[in-house]
Amino acid sequence: MGVFALGIELDGEGFHPDAWRRATHAPDRLLTGETLRTRVAAAENAGCTLATFADSILPPDAVAGRIDAVTRASFVAAATSTIGLVPTVETTYAEPFHTSSQIATLDYASRGRAGWIAERIDDPRAAAAWGRPRITGEDELAREYRDSIEVTRRLWDSWEDDAVIRDHPNGRFLDRNKLHYIDFRGATFSVKGPAIVPRPPQGQPVVLGADGDVDVRLVAADSVAAAIESAEQARSAGTPLAFAEIDVTLDTPGATAVERFGVAPSNSPARLAFSGSAAALVDLLTHLSAHLDGVRLHPAVIDEDLPVLTREVLPALLRTGVTHRPVPGSTLRANLGLARPANRYAAAH
Amino acid sequence: MTVPPRPDAQLHFGVFFQGVNHTTIWSDPASGSQIDFETFRRVAQTAERGLFDAFFLGEGLRLREQDGKILELDIAGRPDAIAQLAALAGVTRHIGLVATQNTTYNEPADLARRLSGLDLISGGRAGWNAVTTDNAWTGENFRRGGYLEHAQRYERAGEFLDIARAIWDSWRDGAIAASQQSASWASEDAIRPVERSSDHFQVTITPTLPRSPQGHPVIFQAGDSPTGRDFAATHAEVIFSRHGTHFDEALAFADDIRARLRAAGRPDDDIKILPGTQIVLAEKESEVEEKVRWVKDGQYTGQTALSLAGQVWGRDLSHLDPDGPLPTEDPEHRAISETRGAPRHGQDPHAIAREWRARAEAENLSLREVVIATTERSGFAGTPAQVADELARWVRHGAVDGFNVSPYLVPTGLDEIVDWLIPELQERGVYRTEYTGTTLRHHLALPEPLTHRS
Repeated sequence: MGVFALGIELDGEGFHPDAWRRATHAPDRLLTGETLRTRVAAAENAGCTLATFADSILPPDAVAGRIDAVTRASFVAAATSTIGLVPTVETTYAEPFHTSSQIATLDYASRGRAGWIAERIDDPRAAAAWGRPRITGEDELAREYRDSIEVTRRLWDSWEDDAVIRDHPNGRFLDRNKLHYIDFRGATFSVKGPAIVPRPPQGQPVVLGADGDVDVRLVAADSVAAAIESAEQARSAGTPLAFAEIDVTLDTPGATAVERFGVAPSNSPARLAFSGSAAALVDLLTHLSAHLDGVRLHPAVIDEDLPVLTREVLPALLRTGVTHRPVPGSTLRANLGLARPANRYAAAH
Repeated sequence: MTVPPRPDAQLHFGVFFQGVNHTTIWSDPASGSQIDFETFRRVAQTAERGLFDAFFLGEGLRLREQDGKILELDIAGRPDAIAQLAALAGVTRHIGLVATQNTTYNEPADLARRLSGLDLISGGRAGWNAVTTDNAWTGENFRRGGYLEHAQRYERAGEFLDIARAIWDSWRDGAIAASQQSASWASEDAIRPVERSSDHFQVTITPTLPRSPQGHPVIFQAGDSPTGRDFAATHAEVIFSRHGTHFDEALAFADDIRARLRAAGRPDDDIKILPGTQIVLAEKESEVEEKVRWVKDGQYTGQTALSLAGQVWGRDLSHLDPDGPLPTEDPEHRAISETRGAPRHGQDPHAIAREWRARAEAENLSLREVVIATTERSGFAGTPAQVADELARWVRHGAVDGFNVSPYLVPTGLDEIVDWLIPELQERGVYRTEYTGTTLRHHLALPEPLTHRS
């Protein structure tokens, strides 16, 4: 095991349907830069490795308002210095060319701290919103997912690292031999390339997802044993890292987790559900750190659970060396122990 | 002296951070990066120090090519506009943030949502320069692919804007619960789904965002054809025009737009006209011409001159000596259109070649010198006081409402404008001395969005 990374999901007010009633601000303050900045800063100061931002073109359930994830992640990029910033962009209908540019731009603005959660969306309302023919069925969704990641990754490599030569005497800015048409042809679309954004600082920003050609597998499992097993499977299938997804409801100074919401509420049957004290969560994470590469924590109520995480859970894990603060100036890849990949096109010369 | 028609008019400035172009001098040691965030931050923060209305980004959807090969001469490679502006929103407080985004290779619900997100997160500072894309070549990078005729492009753009506006207006004001005791986060009937069905779009969406402090993003438009101008008169709030060099031309353009606005049933001051421009400043009058020459020399290298000539002649001229004569043969008929994304697209190559030859002969100029000589000074040059006088004349006579300035150097090219020119303009009473509002719409002194007029 290398580094054990701590990710935190900062979408909306938290996964609990009543989270918006417990926020420390009036409901409409959710959709401001200030609320977002404060929360990301708290997570960064506490030593989180990365923050994630869920997204969909469809309205979330309890809270009908949501700014798109790339915009939220970009907004905090230049005001943060160590935390990884990982927006969700869905793969089923979005343009891979735009997705590639957006994540690469986030990587530049954050100096190499961008990630991308590639996620399918299987909902007829999404097709209607995009105004596209519905993509349905496991095979088709998997194909769009695979093709979207493939195109995005190829576009990131479509400029070699030294394609910008600024050769003043000859008046050449680029070396066209170091730019590459990706010439992708899939079943439903093709993309010519090259990208408009030069190769991002990390070479390949970190791709997270539930399957496929990702750097970090987000493991869907409702028990510790199942999470460990899934992680092992992912790694043996060649995925570098595996994270467990955990819904977290903590004892707060005012009320225990059970007093707050009753028995372990969970957002999703495919996640571990933790409900209890900070110390018990520290124990769980310490145990998981022997088997997984990281976790993504989903707080029940961001404004109640994030303070406990930052004041009690993170400090304890940092003290015992289970996790480490990301290093200023390092990329997200480096903080996850991942190498900067060679450019596939340069390698082919 | 006669009183100008608009004695109290105020100038509005935007800064256009150029991506693909040969007008940024990147051979200068002070030249920054076309992609690293620090260069953008520096320009945006300098513009904000200069009380500019807006920071403006172009869009790239395919790298330029000449004769089927990627063009190597220009600054190329740029960020995604909305993501970059969102990052800049985090490190600025007042300046407007305008993204060029095309309506041909985006979908309305997605783009409207991203623009509206930028608008909310910046506290009401977003603008959208709505453009269309004119070729299937660009479409090769997108799911949609394909090609749209000129008229169809604007048809699609018009419907696109209608859908975007419907999405931006779909939340009733006060839709979000006033307190945490309310029954639900948003009141039940306060969000209207948007449904549109037309030749171009079949869209049904429940939008996820309320109106911003400025209502919705300010709509910019840049097309110059009659269709483009009518499109502006129907939809736009700001025109990023190309008429910023000759006063009479600018005034004629402004009069034409005012007539089209009246025809469209809008007040004729309902659009702000901001031509793109360059401004070259020298402290002393005797230094102006030298500085202009220095700028042009930096912009038009030998290779750039050969490339521009190659676009006109329709063949690769890179083997020629830029300091030698013009090619002796005539341009190919296919010319120009072969260069994808070229600025001279649509002009007659034979006419250009004749003009260049005449000029070369009359003044004994080399190929590079002809290119420099025939390239108009697109903008203003002079001492800060001279340029300030001229800009004040333009705005007070209603030829423009301001300018969208492209610095010839990034990130330092805006410094002289902010440090030297702005104080002169302020002295003449044509430029604000502080921001009086927080939204782009307020900076531009624009009324409520078109959809929210009583």
